[in-house]
Parts: sequence; C-alpha cells; structure tokens
Amino acid sequence: MLTPLFSSKLLIVLLFGTLFGLILGVLPGLGPTTGGALILPFTMTLDPLSAIVLLTSIYCAGTYGGAITAVLINTPGTPAAAATCLDGYPLAQKGEAGRALGMATVSSTVGGIFSVIILVFFAPLLAKLAYEFGQPEYFALAIFGLTMLSSIGEGSPIKNLIAGAFGILISTIGKDFMTSIDRFTYGINELSVGIGFIPVVVGLFAISEMLTQSTILDQVFKRVALKAVKLPTKDDYKKTWKTILRSSGIGSFIGVLPAEGGTVASLIGYSEAKRFSKNPEQFGKGSIEGIAGAEAANNAATGGAMVPTLALGIPGSATTAVILTGLIIHGVRPGPDLFREQPDFLYGIFGAMLIANVLFFIFGFFGAKIFARITLVPNKILWPMIFAVSVCGTYSLSQSIIDVWIMLFFGVLGFFMRRFGFSVVPVIIGLILGELVEGTLRQSLVIFDGNWLMFLTRPIALTFFILSLIALAFPLLRSKKHKK
Amino acid sequence: MNNVRNKKRANKSLPFFFKDEFKVSFVIIFISIILLISTFSFDIVPPILNRGIQPATFPKALLILIISLTLIIYYLSIKNPWKIGKKLPKTFFLTLLSFLIFVILAISVLSIFVSYNWGERRIFYLLLVSIIFPILVFIFFETILGLRFPPGIITNLYYY
Repeated sequence: MLTPLFSSKLLIVLLFGTLFGLILGVLPGLGPTTGGALILPFTMTLDPLSAIVLLTSIYCAGTYGGAITAVLINTPGTPAAAATCLDGYPLAQKGEAGRALGMATVSSTVGGIFSVIILVFFAPLLAKLAYEFGQPEYFALAIFGLTMLSSIGEGSPIKNLIAGAFGILISTIGKDFMTSIDRFTYGINELSVGIGFIPVVVGLFAISEMLTQSTILDQVFKRVALKAVKLPTKDDYKKTWKTILRSSGIGSFIGVLPAEGGTVASLIGYSEAKRFSKNPEQFGKGSIEGIAGAEAANNAATGGAMVPTLALGIPGSATTAVILTGLIIHGVRPGPDLFREQPDFLYGIFGAMLIANVLFFIFGFFGAKIFARITLVPNKILWPMIFAVSVCGTYSLSQSIIDVWIMLFFGVLGFFMRRFGFSVVPVIIGLILGELVEGTLRQSLVIFDGNWLMFLTRPIALTFFILSLIALAFPLLRSKKHKK
Repeated sequence: MNNVRNKKRANKSLPFFFKDEFKVSFVIIFISIILLISTFSFDIVPPILNRGIQPATFPKALLILIISLTLIIYYLSIKNPWKIGKKLPKTFFLTLLSFLIFVILAISVLSIFVSYNWGERRIFYLLLVSIIFPILVFIFFETILGLRFPPGIITNLYYY
C-alpha cells in the first residue's frame, strides 16, 4: 500500500500537506475545505497522484488541527471540532490543556487510522457493487446522495435541497453536452463552456468566509496557556478506549453517508459517548471521554467520506467534494474503473492518508505549542493575503478574468446564503453531480423510450429511490420527535 | 434562549414585506421566474434528432422545484419565523466596496484598503499585504508555474 509513496517528491508533498493542513485547521474560519479550495488551482502543476495526496493530507491534518484551537481558545478551528470545545476548553481552564490536547491527538489518530482501514476494505467492495450499475442506477444514486445531504447535513433540509438544486442548475449553464444547444449563456462566449468548479468553490468557501470575517472583527480570543502536550495516562486510556473505538465506528459510518462528514460525526460521537458514559454529568465540564468521543469520530469521518468519493464519485463531505473536484480537473474519473485500471493510484491515496495520520500525531505532540501561536496572526493581515491567493489561483486556471468575477459573485452569494441559513456545501455537490444527474436521467429515458415508470422496474434504482424518500422523511420524523 | 424568543417576537411584529424570510423568498422566486422564462427561448431540437428530453426540460424542472421549495420554506417561516441576524457592520460594506475597487483597480489597492479598513495602521504590514506579498505571488506564478499575466502598467515593466 505504501510502495507508490516511496518517492522523495511524494513524501515532500505529504509532509507539506500535513503541515499546511494543521495550520489551516488551527486558523478559525479556514479549515481543510477552504484551504483545499485555495490550493486546488496550484495542484494543476503537479501530477494527479501528488495533487490528490496533497489534498487528502490537508484533509486529515486539517480535521485534527481544529482541536488545538477548540481546546486553547474555545473556538473550533474547523466546524468538525465544535463538539471538542464543550469539554476541551473547560479542561484547559482547569490547567489541563496538555492532557486535553494529548487525548485529542491520540483519539484523532486512532479514529483516522481506523477509517483508513475501513476505506481500504470497503471502497473496493462498493466499487465492485457499482459494476452492476447502469445509467438509471447512477441517476437514483445521485438523487440519494443529494437527499441524504439535505437531511443529515447542517441546517434546514428544505434550504439544503434548494441549494443542491441551485448547484445542479449552475451545471446546466453552457452548451448542452448532448445537443450542443446554448443554455443560460445570454450571448456571453465565455459562458458557453460552462462555469468552472474552481471559481465557484473558491468563491463560496474562501471569499464568502472573508466577508463573514469582516463582520466579526471585534471578536477577541482568550488563549489558555499550554506548557506541553501530555500523553494520556493509563487511567485515561481505561476510561476512554471503548469511547474511542465506538466513535471511530460511528465516524466511519457517518463519513460513508453523503453528508457533511466530520461535523455531524463529531456531534453524534460526542452524544453517544455521553449516553454510554458512567459519568455523564461530567460532560460539558471537562470530561476526557467527551474529547475522545468527538475527536475520534470527526477524524474517522475522513476515511469514511473517501469511500463513496472514490468508489462512486459521490462526495461524502464538503472537503471530499473539493478532493473530487481535484480528481476531475486532473482527468481522473472516480468509480469502479479507477479500482480496476489504476490500483497504484488508489493505494497511493490510502497510504498517504495513513501516513498523514501518523505525521499529524507527531506534529501535534511536538508542535501544538507553535501551531497554537498561529492563531495570533491577525485577520487584518491574513485575509487580504488569502484574497490575493484566491484571485491568482482562480485566474491561473484558464487565464480568464471572467473566472475572477464569477469567484467574487459566488463569494457575495455564499455570504448571504450562509447569513440566511442556506449551507453552501450542497451547491458545490450539486455542481459536481449536476452533469451526472442530468446525463444519466436523459440517457435512462432514451433506454426506457421516455417511460418514467421503467425506473421502478430496476431493483437497485428502486432501492435508492426508497432510501431517498426515507432520507427526506427523516427530518420530519426527527422534528416531530423533538416536539414531543 | 430568551434573547432568541425576543428576536423572534420582534421579527413577527414587522410587516411581512420587511421580514427576511419574505425578502429572501421573493428574491429566489423572482430570479427563478426570470430564468424560467428565459428557458423558453432555448433552441428546440427537431423531433427526428431528439433523444430523450429537450435541453430546456431539465433546467425548467429544476427551477420549478426551487420555486416550490421556496414557497414551502416561506409557508413554514410564517409559523416559525427566522432568527434576525446581527446588523451588518460598516466593515462588511467597505469590504464589498473593495471588491468593486478591485475589479476596477488591482490586488494591491484592495489589500491595502481592506487591511487599513480592518484596523491595521502599521506601515510595514500595510506594505507587506499590498505590495510585497502580491509581488511574491506574481513571481511564484510567473517563474515557477510559468504563467504569463496580461499586459498592464506593471506587467509591461516586468516583461520588458
């Protein structure tokens, strides 16, 4: 599995990706998704394996990096670390920041490695299953992915569906791929090739975040002092090993589902840790089990989320949507053929994720103090620099200034979407899946001679449609249960 | 919790056209209708060449779905009003303005503008974000990535 990585170039890429991911994870507002989006245009100069290794190492390390800020300044560096704040910061306030970070590092590493094992075993199985899929099955699968995203993802399910439909609508801009007829181009030549992924991704993640940061300039962080990260004691391990394993399983499972990956996984991992704990009253006051539950789950979601991304081409989280964009722009088509034709490429990714988990463990232990200082970089310096990188990166891809305007447009749109409770993640996933949804629908209708009811005669497609209906009904049932 | 309730009450007391949920739903539906109308001007594939559905059918279906879902969220918001967000600060509008300045001018002006507007007053840091860092990014793209930027006052100096 590690053989494809035995090249100095790939190891340097991996090392850089892990370090960069940690820095991104530590900085509130950035994180692996925005960071991945920012670095995406730069990967064009790399070969496909190096590019994806870079993005996946940023993903693994960035997810862990959020815990450092969660523990020390009570602000999650990434949304996935939100549950870590609940117990990490109270424990740090008691003077046990080192112990809290030690537990976060160990449980993140265990969760991450556990999920890579799941990825290695389940992704090929899922890919094998996907051989049975024809156009109708892929259409049903894409619909299932979008409905799952809306029901499990953060925020209102209906708003998520609107955002997903909007993403698919963006993918229809340009020449229709079956008939070459212009759609929504309004005579603008640049639009006839469609809207690129990168301007939208950078705009929705980086520029909209810059606008969000401009509204919270008065935010003051209180940082708890950190002497050194400490390895958990025997007693800590005794208390938490079951929680770590349980959360690793939960995180991997949630990751496999097309949803917002680590964020949802950490919240469920945390609440399950509380439910099974002998001392649930300690949760929220500095429970070591709480940290272990949240951190193992969010890092376990990284490997889980890569399963549908690689096996089916359906992203399992926001960051894997960025990784999928990376695969597409490098001409790599995820799915069963990838497993048959390029096993070295896949094993390179699996190996890179495994090594990234070990690397962030080492960096976390010996460098958490330095990474914690990165939070001192003021926003007024950081964000103008990020703007410069966003503009150059977006421009560089097709050397078109219209891409920069598109990026700015989606930045402003993304800000207002977030402000009014619409998640931007479904837009990206809709954009990525748009061609698949429309293409498979139209080709299915050709196969079925225009008879929509024929979808119901395909067992796998029918199963996905039923699962989609369940996914849509799930939030309704959940809200009724909450009201009771 | 009490604050949220108070905010919701405050939102309820506003006339419906001032409420966020109405404004947002109106904008989404208005734009969707304009786009829906424009789909009727898409070229039609002759029946002999048409395989499956017309190119306009899929976007039409999506727009109808968006309009229907927006009507549902508006209906739901009547019973359960949205939380009112904090009023946007001056810095937000100035940052938006800086995007406009950027489109007209360049990265340096935007960087110095944003940094100054966000409270940075030290000359070195203003120069760092507005001149030194963009030059480093430019050199990185030019020399390492081999990207040629379009002609302009500064790029012409560099290329000559």
